[in-house]
Amino acid sequence: MSWDRYLALVGLGWLLPLGRILTGKDPAEQAKELWQLLGIPLLAVVLFIGLWGQVAARIDTSLGAMPGPAAVWNEARNLVVEHGAERAKEALFYARQDARNGERAAADPTAEVRVRQYTGRPTYFDQIGTSLKTVFTGFVLATLIAVPLGIVGGLSRGFNAALNPLIQIFKPVSPLAWLPIVTMVVSATYVSTDPMFEKAFLNSAITVMLCSLWPALINTALGVATIDKDLMNVSRVLQLGWFTTVRKIVLPSALPLIFTGMRLSLGVGWMVLIAAEMLAQNPGLGKFVWDEFQNGSSESLARILVAVFTIGLIGFLLDRLMLALQTAFTHSASR
Amino acid sequence: MKLKRHSIAVFLLMLAWLLGGTGAAEPLDLEKDELKLGFIKLTDMAPLAVAYELGFFEDEGLYVTLEPQANWKVLLDRVLTGELDGAHMLAGQPLGATIGFGTEAHVVTAFSMDLNGNAITVSNEVWEAMRSHVPLGADGKPVHPIKADSLKPVVDEYRAEGRPFNMAMVFPVSTHNYELRYWLAAGGIHPGFYSSTDISGQIDAEALLSVTPPPQMPATLEAGTIYGYCVGEPWNQQAVFKGIGVPVITDYEIWRNNPEKVFGVTAEWAEANPNTHVAVVKALIRAAMWLDADGDANRPAAVEILARPEYVGADEEVIANSMTGTFEYERGDERAVPDFNVFFRYYATYPYYSDAVWYLTQMRRWGQIPERKTDGWYHDVAKSVYLPDVYLEAARLLVEQGLASESDFPWDTDGFRPPQSEFIDAITFDGREPNAYLERFAIGLKGDARVVSNTISAN
Repeated sequence: MSWDRYLALVGLGWLLPLGRILTGKDPAEQAKELWQLLGIPLLAVVLFIGLWGQVAARIDTSLGAMPGPAAVWNEARNLVVEHGAERAKEALFYARQDARNGERAAADPTAEVRVRQYTGRPTYFDQIGTSLKTVFTGFVLATLIAVPLGIVGGLSRGFNAALNPLIQIFKPVSPLAWLPIVTMVVSATYVSTDPMFEKAFLNSAITVMLCSLWPALINTALGVATIDKDLMNVSRVLQLGWFTTVRKIVLPSALPLIFTGMRLSLGVGWMVLIAAEMLAQNPGLGKFVWDEFQNGSSESLARILVAVFTIGLIGFLLDRLMLALQTAFTHSASR
Repeated sequence: MKLKRHSIAVFLLMLAWLLGGTGAAEPLDLEKDELKLGFIKLTDMAPLAVAYELGFFEDEGLYVTLEPQANWKVLLDRVLTGELDGAHMLAGQPLGATIGFGTEAHVVTAFSMDLNGNAITVSNEVWEAMRSHVPLGADGKPVHPIKADSLKPVVDEYRAEGRPFNMAMVFPVSTHNYELRYWLAAGGIHPGFYSSTDISGQIDAEALLSVTPPPQMPATLEAGTIYGYCVGEPWNQQAVFKGIGVPVITDYEIWRNNPEKVFGVTAEWAEANPNTHVAVVKALIRAAMWLDADGDANRPAAVEILARPEYVGADEEVIANSMTGTFEYERGDERAVPDFNVFFRYYATYPYYSDAVWYLTQMRRWGQIPERKTDGWYHDVAKSVYLPDVYLEAARLLVEQGLASESDFPWDTDGFRPPQSEFIDAITFDGREPNAYLERFAIGLKGDARVVSNTISAN
């Protein structure tokens, strides 16, 4: 594969014409290309920011005017500062704990001394980390279920016919409908005195799984069902076993669509995660948005907008990541 | 900015406490030292935030994480599933859960978090209509407290036009629900009954009450979906700041020094962790004392803590308005209400049985308790939910450590406050005689009355 595809993949396609200009290749043609790839998108962003700044100032909410770009940028910086301040508090917390544990050990050498985790609030960056961890857990679970089911469904028309109504019914269900059910089931079945995972985390991850299952399942089944008949005949002629057929023939041929499905799944998962976290109280970005909404301070809307951009940006990066994986893995398969 | 100075004060305090080490007393033998406590973003969660930030929890050897919750239902459910060890609760929640109204579970409390702190706000449109019925003082300003008598003609007018008069409160067993009903009924406006089959609470209602989460109150009022609401701070002052509504009365004027939030845990938790429970209550008592110390001198510092995004998170100015002893009714009509938020004085933190009985009488009055109960039943429920022994044990330890004085606590009370008559309708409440108390109301269930298929029957 050529360089330009990789660059385009990571959103740096505009570097190519720039490089060509520098090496003196047909400047007029390349300048036009550069304008297409970089100039127009940049102009659109600038126009959007300008329009946003104008319109926002006119929308008066009960929490004050809609924040403009400057206010949002300011809050983004505040969140970074707060992250630093919280880390400093954390250091003090451990210092106090060490002193206290030291006293205890001095008073009673047999006393069991433990180090407790910091009890302060999670910062914005901690919350982003929690969200990513949750969405990947849900996504991996969904993939582990969807891909095998999809392969079986794609190979067997009967199985596919059985699966189809369930897919059609459950696919459009909103995470908000799943969450109460998941919460009750997890509460009833996940009983442990020293739980490895927080219930809120499990609730969110399982909800993400339930919603992101379907695109991967449908695309895998489709990918497998549309394999070139000749290939399947080859497997019959060679009398390959079922698993060998899947490994040698089905998977390589269906991989592009499996990845397309997984990519869609991750997108759906990321989208529903925010809603799930709001209700499940999983300390990620969704909870950040909900808490700020509850705060109702004059900075709250700006902080929520920071989260909106963060969510969008991370969603975009996740999509690109999946696309990169897809390109890398299916390169040899796409004949 | 003036208030920023207080953050420096708080920081110095924390530093002093870090260097000075902890209290020398023998720490309790804790069953559990890592706790997660829940709260709702309202100013009366202050004792939890203060106990955390000033290190009172750590002094007890407790490593506490405070976590805001989405709403009262989520908060209670998470306490019941054990995800939270305890939480800032509506006084009605442990009682409602224990008697099985809503989610059924045995929840207990050994610490009352505060007195007062709520108000009733009506929309500008309703206020305009009400205003001509409100008596004015010599200075041309409305005479407070404003009774619902002046709202009554407005409600009648809406009803005559066939427009339902909608109002909002925060939860079916919330203080706000009972206070709003009390105020309306005292002015002759029927707020509606609950029954065992209809839990909307709108049977026979002239004013229709429904649940809205606190932060959405101003927006819902602005949208015209409701004409008024009863909620805690900062959501009444918010309406004034935004010019969308007028607070007409504070709950201090509906019932002087009414009990508000409590610190609730499940009965199993309290049984399994007796020493931890005492340690938490100790830390909370110290926080409450700090909040009310030296004529509220620490309140500005408390406002700075509460305004942080991880706690209440509203603007400092809005929180300060009610936390520092004033209350703004109509814009510009700011009056002194020094006891709007009480955290410790008047024995505010002691879990009085009579407080529990009052909530139970209101649950009976509006049909959440569908049938007659004996006085003994009221007292038994109060005693199974309110745990003054745990409170007094914590108080005793604080006195021994020299952190509190003997006179700070009501050692000899039998758990019943003396009969109180400082209600807006001047009806006397004596916790010892709940049924006799119910008989005194013109509107409300009493005796053997029940709500059967949406009508009230006397047997």
